[in-house]
Amino acid sequence: MNGMVLRLILRRLALAALTLLLVSAGVFFITNLLPGDAAQAALGQAATPETVAALRLQYGLDLPGPLRYARWLGHLLSGNPGISLVNNVPVAQMIGGRLPASLMLAAVTAAVSVPLALALGITSAMYRGSAFDRVVNVSAVSLVSVPEFLVATVAVMIFAVKLRWLSALSHSSDAATLGAFIKSYAMPVMTLCCVIVAQMTRMTRAAVIDQLRSSYAEMALLKGVRRTRIVLRHALPNAIGPIANAVALSLSYLLGGVIIVESIFNYPGIATLMIDAVTTRDMPLVQACSMIFCAGYLLLVLTADVLAIVSNPRLKTR
Amino acid sequence: MSKQENGRYPTEGNSITGDSLDNVQGGFTRRDMMRTLLAGSLMTVGSASLLSASGSAMALPPKRGGKMRIATQNSSTADTLDPAKTAHSTDYTRAHMFYNGLTKLDGKLGPQMVLAEEMLTTDATLWTVKLRKGVLFHDGKPFTPADVVYSLMRHKDPATASKVKVLADQIESVKATGANEVQIKLTSANADLPVILATAQFLIIRDGTTNFTMPNGTGAFKCKEFTPGVRTIAVRNENYWKSGLPYLDEVELFGIPDEAARVNALLSGDVHWINDVNARSTGRVKSTAGYTVMETKSGLYTDLVIRQDVAPGNSQDFTLGMKYLMDREQIKTAAFRGFAVTANDQPIDPTNRFYFAGLPQRPYDPDKAKFHLQKAGVLGSTIPLVASVAATGSVDMGVLMQQSAQKIGLKLDLKRVPADGYWANQWMKVPLGFGNINPRPSADILLTQFFKSDAQWNESGWKNAQFDQLVVAARGETDFGKRKQMYADLQTLVHEKGGIGIPVFITNLEGISTKVKGIDAIPLGAFMNYTCAEYVWMDA
Repeated sequence: MNGMVLRLILRRLALAALTLLLVSAGVFFITNLLPGDAAQAALGQAATPETVAALRLQYGLDLPGPLRYARWLGHLLSGNPGISLVNNVPVAQMIGGRLPASLMLAAVTAAVSVPLALALGITSAMYRGSAFDRVVNVSAVSLVSVPEFLVATVAVMIFAVKLRWLSALSHSSDAATLGAFIKSYAMPVMTLCCVIVAQMTRMTRAAVIDQLRSSYAEMALLKGVRRTRIVLRHALPNAIGPIANAVALSLSYLLGGVIIVESIFNYPGIATLMIDAVTTRDMPLVQACSMIFCAGYLLLVLTADVLAIVSNPRLKTR
Repeated sequence: MSKQENGRYPTEGNSITGDSLDNVQGGFTRRDMMRTLLAGSLMTVGSASLLSASGSAMALPPKRGGKMRIATQNSSTADTLDPAKTAHSTDYTRAHMFYNGLTKLDGKLGPQMVLAEEMLTTDATLWTVKLRKGVLFHDGKPFTPADVVYSLMRHKDPATASKVKVLADQIESVKATGANEVQIKLTSANADLPVILATAQFLIIRDGTTNFTMPNGTGAFKCKEFTPGVRTIAVRNENYWKSGLPYLDEVELFGIPDEAARVNALLSGDVHWINDVNARSTGRVKSTAGYTVMETKSGLYTDLVIRQDVAPGNSQDFTLGMKYLMDREQIKTAAFRGFAVTANDQPIDPTNRFYFAGLPQRPYDPDKAKFHLQKAGVLGSTIPLVASVAATGSVDMGVLMQQSAQKIGLKLDLKRVPADGYWANQWMKVPLGFGNINPRPSADILLTQFFKSDAQWNESGWKNAQFDQLVVAARGETDFGKRKQMYADLQTLVHEKGGIGIPVFITNLEGISTKVKGIDAIPLGAFMNYTCAEYVWMDA
């Protein structure tokens, strides 16, 4: 039966790889549809036909699209995403400097938000209909509805400008001591958590309630099993799949939210790098960043799927 | 009259060699920059310090030490240490910390000597430049004529992709003619060469430099860290050739593209100085204790561009009618909240030494506008007008013009297009749109680059042979009085016949912590025309 699980997982992996390939073609050709190219963007108002032509030649932009795509894909598969057109630094090196910072931000956010959301979701499912449950629900819905740039701006106004407790900027390189670390991460993480915790809480709650409504949970209750035990021992193992899905989806949302948060707090991560790359038409960099975002998303969804497969009791028989 | 910077600063008083100090303290060697000819031609006027709160910057003796943090409005992975490729305020500010130019500009945009000791010419075509002795690069190599030859000539090579290739093309040759002397030969006379050489792109680098991962200049600071799109950290150059300068130990420079975030960073004490403050935020900054807004009047303008080579702009009446349709006072108050100076459809602003004050002001006159637009036969039809946030204030200006037009029966269809790609795809290509022109160091550069028939950025495609001849004649004219008259005529020509409408000159707004002292505004760019790091000090 484990063969079955393995087959399912392998099929998922193959699908993910195919998706990535399609995405790579999409990314490559769509970025080429952006108005203007790197040569024009680099020269800005100072572009003359002759300087633009010289730069295009230098960048290799004079070759036909499909040929450039094939080249790029070949390099990408061999682990070389190319050279930045804008400042001639290897793309890998530029991303290498920024990706850890973004991952750090995502990791800290996940470390704070996941336990919090699961605890909130499970407890509100246990006491559904209570005042506590209603408060959690209402605040979750209101937090989801507030866009994060507003949350971030208001937080800066209160904690940085008025109270001067925290810094309005967030520089990961300044976070040498624990105090400095908290000072620099508190607001970006709080902003990101607002939306994610709310989403995850609601989805977790729904998944657990789903299981508690089932006949086996009712049976356990009638047998006199304690509520906590029913949730943790009976309902939760069956809800792992949907919960993992909820967590993965919420965390994948981080990939988008991080763009707004990074630009508001001037956090030198991969999202701001990508924004720069788009404005300067630095295609190799845009493409590499897009691929990282897509791969990150696929990885999270894949993890959720695999967890669902592995934790599916029907596949665990025998 | 003009004087040179000689690097000897009096112990009291401030460090900025504003001409106003000459009269008070003496202590500066005065010398004619161009003995034979420019004597008396460069006006000396006190530098225009416009600090609203701290008033005079000369009240206290400067203190040494401290770290200043500057946040600009743009920074990206395209940030560079190659002066030739510098493109915006962040690049210029960074370059001025690490490199020196041959000259720099004062508060009236007159040239002052820096690495050049004097620049001599008799015909404004062949220039002899005496270079300063005893200047060292950061790597210890002495500064020599070869560095100047290399730094200037590389702009002519298309492969350098220099931002000022158009300006450098008028340099025919640069030759070392002595141990401390170079000769610059121009293709045609240009009395403004010392002004042109003060632009950031012409900063001096070491002979043969091709790698710009770390800077090697003669500037007041050395580079401790440079990550494009993240930040630059500069530390004091202990061997700087100007004794006593700089005052600061360290400068950190980075970009915060989001205006609200930039203002918040200033008001939360994270940074000391920001540029490109929106007029909307001025109240917030001023009402916070310890911060002030510096207003610098400059030649920055957003203009209505009426293409002269396509309908409807090919009718002289349409162009004139549109100029009368601009309610300048309303644009000033509504689009720029009063932080602007009324302009008169010509690009030379009142801070420029060649400004022609005698030109009658064109009023907002709906009746005249109606008369001319009727004659052009456009009343009752719909004309598209393209605006974008890329051209500061153009969307507001477009809305105001739309309303004025409605009153006289002309429909302007305002099309808002994204900032991204605006300069490449919309600017100068649509029949009716907006441009945004940064201040230029000299009247000649403005007129040559934006109004001459063959100019690459002739926004409206305006062609006028008389204008072209006069621009070239004024460029080579070495008598200041005659030259001023020529520029007056040129301004009149553009005002009457040109294809653009300039309603206002936009005031440059910067937010500064009152801890920063020794600031003198230069009406060209933010951060004292990007040179502030070398001169200011912190009053902790």
